[in-house]
Amino acid sequence: MSRHIWDFHGGIHPPENKKQSSETSIRWAGLPERLVVPVQQHIGAPAKPCVAVGDRVLKGQKLAQAAGFVSLPVHAPTSGTVEAIELRPIQHPSGMDALCVELKPDGQDQWIEHSGLGDYTTVDKKEILNRIREAGIAGMGGAGFPSVVKLGVKPDQKIKTLILNAVECEPYITADDRLMRERADEIVQGLQIISWLIEPEEILIGIEDNKPHAVAAMEKATADTNIDVVVVPTKYPSGGEKQLIRLLTGKEVRSGGIPADVGVVCHNTGTAYAIKRAIINGEPLISRITTLTGDCVAEKGNYEVLVGTPVGWLLQQAGVKATDLHRLIMGGPMMGFAVHNMAVPVVKTTNCLLVPTAKEFPDPVPEQPCIRCGSCAQVCPVNLLPQQLYWFAKTKEFDKAAHFNLADCIECGACSYVCPSNIPLVQYYRFAKGEIRTQQQEQAKADHARQRFEARQARLAREEEEKERKRQERAKAAAAKQAQKKAAPTAKAAPTASDAESELAKLQTAAASTMKRYKEAQKALVTAEKNGSEHLEALQKKVDQLKAKADAAKDAFIAAKNADKAESNEPAAPQEDPLAALKKASADDFAAYKEAEKALEDAESNGGTDVDALKQRVAELKARSDASKAAMKEARAKEKEAIQAKNAAADPVKAAKMEVAKQQVLLKKATKALQAAKDSDAGADEVLEANVRAAEQALEAAENALKKIEEEHA
Amino acid sequence: MEFLFDNITALGALTAIALGFGALLGFAAVKFKVEGNPIVEQIDALLPQTQCGQCGHPGCRPYAEGLAEGEEINKCVPGGEDTIRALADLLGREFVPLDEEHGETPESKMVAVIREAECIGCTKCLQACPMDAILGAAKQMHTVIADECTGCDLCVEPCPVDCIDMVPVPVTLQTWHWDVPKGIGNRPGELIPVRNIA
Repeated sequence: MSRHIWDFHGGIHPPENKKQSSETSIRWAGLPERLVVPVQQHIGAPAKPCVAVGDRVLKGQKLAQAAGFVSLPVHAPTSGTVEAIELRPIQHPSGMDALCVELKPDGQDQWIEHSGLGDYTTVDKKEILNRIREAGIAGMGGAGFPSVVKLGVKPDQKIKTLILNAVECEPYITADDRLMRERADEIVQGLQIISWLIEPEEILIGIEDNKPHAVAAMEKATADTNIDVVVVPTKYPSGGEKQLIRLLTGKEVRSGGIPADVGVVCHNTGTAYAIKRAIINGEPLISRITTLTGDCVAEKGNYEVLVGTPVGWLLQQAGVKATDLHRLIMGGPMMGFAVHNMAVPVVKTTNCLLVPTAKEFPDPVPEQPCIRCGSCAQVCPVNLLPQQLYWFAKTKEFDKAAHFNLADCIECGACSYVCPSNIPLVQYYRFAKGEIRTQQQEQAKADHARQRFEARQARLAREEEEKERKRQERAKAAAAKQAQKKAAPTAKAAPTASDAESELAKLQTAAASTMKRYKEAQKALVTAEKNGSEHLEALQKKVDQLKAKADAAKDAFIAAKNADKAESNEPAAPQEDPLAALKKASADDFAAYKEAEKALEDAESNGGTDVDALKQRVAELKARSDASKAAMKEARAKEKEAIQAKNAAADPVKAAKMEVAKQQVLLKKATKALQAAKDSDAGADEVLEANVRAAEQALEAAENALKKIEEEHA
Repeated sequence: MEFLFDNITALGALTAIALGFGALLGFAAVKFKVEGNPIVEQIDALLPQTQCGQCGHPGCRPYAEGLAEGEEINKCVPGGEDTIRALADLLGREFVPLDEEHGETPESKMVAVIREAECIGCTKCLQACPMDAILGAAKQMHTVIADECTGCDLCVEPCPVDCIDMVPVPVTLQTWHWDVPKGIGNRPGELIPVRNIA
């Protein structure tokens, strides 16, 4: 290959120790008595169990469903019965337990119905991506990031280079090496599926030069394809994603960025193989190749292990004697972690189980003070200042550590490896990273708490304000009521007084007019006497009548006046006297009318010539009588009104309703009267019509008032 | 005469400039007026917002205001040493250890838990909770929304039947992180003895 290989800063060359396990072919590890399948074997949200204890499941059946975008399902590695779904020790450096599905294999290894796709290119890409997700494929290199998330290319992103990471730079591990040697065709098929999905311009396979057999196998498998096998020099950690991208393309992924930002996507060899199995064979990810190595292991080599196989059982199969156990490391010697419990299961990301002897891996020597030699900075593949980061982590100055790009540390362990003082630098960084993450979470929580607290304060203030407003409203209403109560008597007195006054004025004019008519009648009598008229008697009678009437009117006026005076002295009984006066006036008027009628009858029976004049007179008097009657009624109604007004203060709505009802009655009465008058053909239609109109208006006014009051009360 | 004229011109020019800048400053003072004390916001952002009142103030913000006016920085119990350090940094003061009379920072974060069988539904804790993190109604069982609880302790006191416990927030796989190495002279950690339980 004439392809240019770039270099990255730093790196180390630890003893490879690969030969122990790379020279034997992949063996089938076997079926353990119990399988413990953790629901979380990937980065992201744990899957949700979808089977129940006691269920019989088939090989490849889903045991737990993905719970979110960055989440994956897990499947039954073989057929059997679900024995338990509970917390079990898992592959985690914390040694904490997590939810697992325990499966008791029935030994039949019976597959669930499944089928692969012969020609995936005819199927929609979304369908393929969904199949990869449903197969539960996580990055098999170690971190276990759901592969489907990396495969789903955003439409605005153009991927230039697809890289298959077959570097396997960590000492001891040979799983990918063996896989490439034995199943190169399947890996290439998987890689082609990936390339079909993300459509890159070039496809590269990066392999370290310490794996010549794998290089040969891959070159053979890719002979007729556009895939380039690129051999990179052996150096740890060339297999780091960003380091490999740098080696093959010369591009650097910025701090905090992802490879797709520079148009590169990187997948692991094991992942490509798993994708092939998922798409072409329709098998979910239920087993993987794991290297069992270290001097404790009699049968060193690579094993095809079912996910969920307990480590203890597996080690027994490989010939590890429990008495020889010194340390058990899951992963490689550089980045792996010690496993504390033999019951921990092998998971999708377990590429190696390292069981060294005490001689091979002596206990770490005690930490010595940093001598600021700077070796760590020379080997850091990310160009960080490990020594500074160490100080900041040690003194808990996490802000400064973050400022020195601690987040970019890939925890490769190169710095710890070269440290002459044996400082466990990576541990310090992991601690600092954890602390920073915790602080960020706490900060987010504090911000959230502040928001909630402020919202609560605002709510309390609002409630208080509302209460205060209501209190004030109530106080105002009470004050208004009080004021109304006080104002009620005077308000009542005022209209009655004015009414009495108008009544008085009316009476006065009535008295004056009757007097005038009496005077005229007298004059007429005198002239008639002079002229010797024959109606003298009748005229005399009329004069007498008018005189009586005038006297009555005068009396009524004087009585009303007196009553008015009395009222001003004694407001308690204001309406009595004017009402009585009106009654009297009305009675008098009525009497006058009756008398005139009688006179008319007499005249008619006597065959008098002035019948017409008398008729007119009778009509006049009738109208007058009616008017005075109406006046009396009005006065009475007013009295009633006054009583109601008293009640009105207590319940304005009721009062208003009553007012409306009353006006309705009045209107009816007036209409009736009008009708009666029309029927009887009497001459007072105009007055009655006016009455009806007035009653209508009054009713309307009362209805409006009621509406208003009701609105106010609503 | 010319000399006088020159002087007047110079004086006029200077006066004009002075007035111009004066007006500009006045305008800026009105236009860019800062409401409240901005340092209070910054201090408030550093406080843990438990609103527990252990500092003697009714909430974190009042303490932030107190700090802005020169109060001691070592009164925040739930914040502990980290908060004191951050405050010392922000306010340019010396680090002082937490004032013991306000209480002791618990080892881990706490969360209130109501023993629901014993709850009588009196709503007293509801009113005490500064976070509205307790759910319930009169004569109904109450319960704490653990995610919203800041562990401020304020609900424990008002409970007439003492059915509220403060328990440490359990460490989960999501919140766990590596411990700090023991330091110089010690072997690095992770030497958990391997037990063979098979």
